[in-house]
Amino acid sequence: MDKKLKQAIAKSAKAMYHALPVLIGVLLLLSLASALIPKSIYSSLFSKNIFLDSIIGSGLGSILAGNPITSYIIGGEFLKQGISLAAVTAFIVAWVTVGLVHLPAEIMLLGKKFAITRNLTAFVLTVIVALITASIVGLL
Amino acid sequence: MKKTEPSRAGWYFLLIIIIIYTLIAFLKPEALLPSLNFFLGVIINVIPMFILIFTLMVIINRFVSPQKLVKHFGKKTGAKGWLIAVITGIISEGPLYLWYPLLSDLQKKGVRNSFIATFLYNRAIKLPLLPLMVYYFGLAYAIVLSLVMIVASIFQGLLVERIMEVKE
Repeated sequence: MDKKLKQAIAKSAKAMYHALPVLIGVLLLLSLASALIPKSIYSSLFSKNIFLDSIIGSGLGSILAGNPITSYIIGGEFLKQGISLAAVTAFIVAWVTVGLVHLPAEIMLLGKKFAITRNLTAFVLTVIVALITASIVGLL
Repeated sequence: MKKTEPSRAGWYFLLIIIIIYTLIAFLKPEALLPSLNFFLGVIINVIPMFILIFTLMVIINRFVSPQKLVKHFGKKTGAKGWLIAVITGIISEGPLYLWYPLLSDLQKKGVRNSFIATFLYNRAIKLPLLPLMVYYFGLAYAIVLSLVMIVASIFQGLLVERIMEVKE
């Protein structure tokens, strides 16, 4: 094996080793949230105001995390319960783009300033994306 | 800005989580087993992605110099950098947090924060999941949301970089 490849493997292994406790911690947190919070309580949080619901949807999606498929399933259920498309969109977009549970890992690996700025702007943009998407889809 | 020293802070973070789990074991023992089962299920699912990301890191560390990265994804990079950030964000698989070590590596090598933010925002658009999104929300919705998200991701990249520059 050439020397540069050995160095590349060692460097990558070191980076992964530093990330490992953070990743395991985040996964444990996710697992705990999944076991402790019943999914049935989510829909009771919404009002009938599209703008406010988009913020609530974005907030809910920011707190929860997991496979995007789960967010589609929950979002589909929300729609059936009469929750607005904008709120559901904010929920499924924030589910992937904003991560309160991931935040400690993001801070430790990408820097506090970057992680907080990215998550805050993603939260605000998620509401805007949701309102624009719902408006365009409503026009089609 | 100086980042939290990951080698120690990470272990402290894990220790806090273990303490929380220990408390849960006493206060709400019925939640412990479902949590650990969920955790094991996720771990088994992410192992292939973990291996893939590690391989990507080795390839980048072996063949791509920081100078090359800065040339293609540094301050002076134009449309090509944005396009690559968007496309790689869309085609990348696995959970968000698995990409942090690789992105951290790239950040240290001089890749623009805006591209990292754009990459992360585009992770919301997943090609294999589009049929499922169409099933739940319709074709028009899936197309509109994907397009709006791509535009928003670039806007977010610019915004993150601008805010960070102002703070500095």
